[in-house]
Amino acid sequence: MTDTAWIDAALTSARPQAVGALLRYFRDLDTAEEAFQNACLRALKSWPQNGPPRDPAAWLIMAGRNVGIDEVRRHRKQEPLPEDEAISDLDDAEDALAERLDGSHYRDDILRLLFICCHPDLPGTQQIALALRIVSGLTVKQIARAFLVTEAAMEQRITRAKARVADAGVAFETPGAVERIERLSVVAAMIYLIFNEGYSASGDTFEARAPLCEEAIRLARLLLRLFQSEPEIMGLTALLLLQHARSAARFDADGALVLLDDQDRSLWNQKMIAEGLALIDKAMRHRQSGPYQVQAAIAALHARAEKPEDTDWTQIDLLYGALEIMQPSPVVTLNRAVAVSKVRGAQAALEMIEPLGPRLSNYFHFFGVRGAFLMQLDRNEEARVAFDRAIALANTSAEAAHIRMHLDRLMRDSAPPGTKASKK
Amino acid sequence: MLYAILCYHDEDLVGSWTREQDAAVMQKLAVVQDKLAKQGRLGPVARLLPTTSATTLRKEDPPLVLDGPYAETKEQLLGFYVVDCKNLDEALDVARDLGAANPGGAYEIRPVGVLNPGSVSA
Repeated sequence: MTDTAWIDAALTSARPQAVGALLRYFRDLDTAEEAFQNACLRALKSWPQNGPPRDPAAWLIMAGRNVGIDEVRRHRKQEPLPEDEAISDLDDAEDALAERLDGSHYRDDILRLLFICCHPDLPGTQQIALALRIVSGLTVKQIARAFLVTEAAMEQRITRAKARVADAGVAFETPGAVERIERLSVVAAMIYLIFNEGYSASGDTFEARAPLCEEAIRLARLLLRLFQSEPEIMGLTALLLLQHARSAARFDADGALVLLDDQDRSLWNQKMIAEGLALIDKAMRHRQSGPYQVQAAIAALHARAEKPEDTDWTQIDLLYGALEIMQPSPVVTLNRAVAVSKVRGAQAALEMIEPLGPRLSNYFHFFGVRGAFLMQLDRNEEARVAFDRAIALANTSAEAAHIRMHLDRLMRDSAPPGTKASKK
Repeated sequence: MLYAILCYHDEDLVGSWTREQDAAVMQKLAVVQDKLAKQGRLGPVARLLPTTSATTLRKEDPPLVLDGPYAETKEQLLGFYVVDCKNLDEALDVARDLGAANPGGAYEIRPVGVLNPGSVSA
């Protein structure tokens, strides 16, 4: 690995802690970010010559504080700052000082930094963009590429989001236990959103959007490192790992979506699956179930099945039942119906989703699933109508192509015997 | 003499490597390992999953199970090698070779007292 690549990785990994600490000192997002940028510039000059510091985050925090000293003066609560030259010293005294400055706070610093990106006034897409910019340190260009918008549009989106966060003000006092748990759950939801943004990509855009999945996993692991005994954060991390483990098998060479049953399971990433399963094991010990754990457990049952027919659909049906109680939603019921169709047949599954019609009348998957059930029951004309509706609602070309495949099969199957050869 | 080479590194940092960076490091390490294997000096090698997947059992009475790794340190135990070396100097040479392939962090070199190679397959 070249020096610059190593330094890039070090700056990326130190970023949440360093920006979080600088935000606490400066109490202003722009100042904190600017101070961090300046500290990075100094690191790029100093580290190749003096060697990497033992604790890059502490180094960057002190360098950032020094660079922004004028800003600090305008704020209350100053702590004596180290001499400028001290920054390039790498001895343990410096480490100890940084530790004293930050050790007790850094957990809440990082959580706060993530939390301010989740301001309730911000729409989900703005929350994600802001978090990717501020916490992950992706460039506007990288984020724009992942969201498939122009750089200018993304720049504007982030600027707006920042302005709104600045207006709203941020609580800087150390949060109490209850508030900390509330923040944690809001942040977990945002990380899940980042992942889904990447996961919902189609074959032709997956390459561009996959980094979102990886970044979400990195943030989830970071959160779990800070809150090691939170079963829902274990569940979230496990869920993301188990989903992402399948990514190499989700699209065929033409970029068409490959459903779970048809995926080449040898392409699944066994290391990610092992980590996901280990985290679920750990979470279960706490006996405090939650939506992320249940969803991770469902993903685990799929991951454990070596062949599609080994899948424990009965257990999946039960888990979706539990999820329906925790988080009632027509989409959860729709997912449960797929498990029900495997266990009790398409008729029972169809009856289960009929009441969802009015609420899911604009939902692609509802019509795709309904069409599939109807097709299994040989109600081909109704199936065709459902599939037509699904195509009209498809979000990506891959989704539409998948439904068209069903339609083609219906056409073939419904052709009277002996006429198939003449039909194209 | 068998030596264990325990690999400590900043886990967040290793986790921030791109897939390409990670693969490049693994490839370079494989070269060092191949050399040792050809000389018949390479014992078990392990790369551990992240410390977030770790659980600690404290042997109190009754034993206490805690989430997370045993030690909260700046660098975490991320894996280990067992290598056959004549003496410490030779073990340090191996560690230097590994370190050149995977910069950053530290190796702790510890002579092995008892090694039961076990019978599980990878």
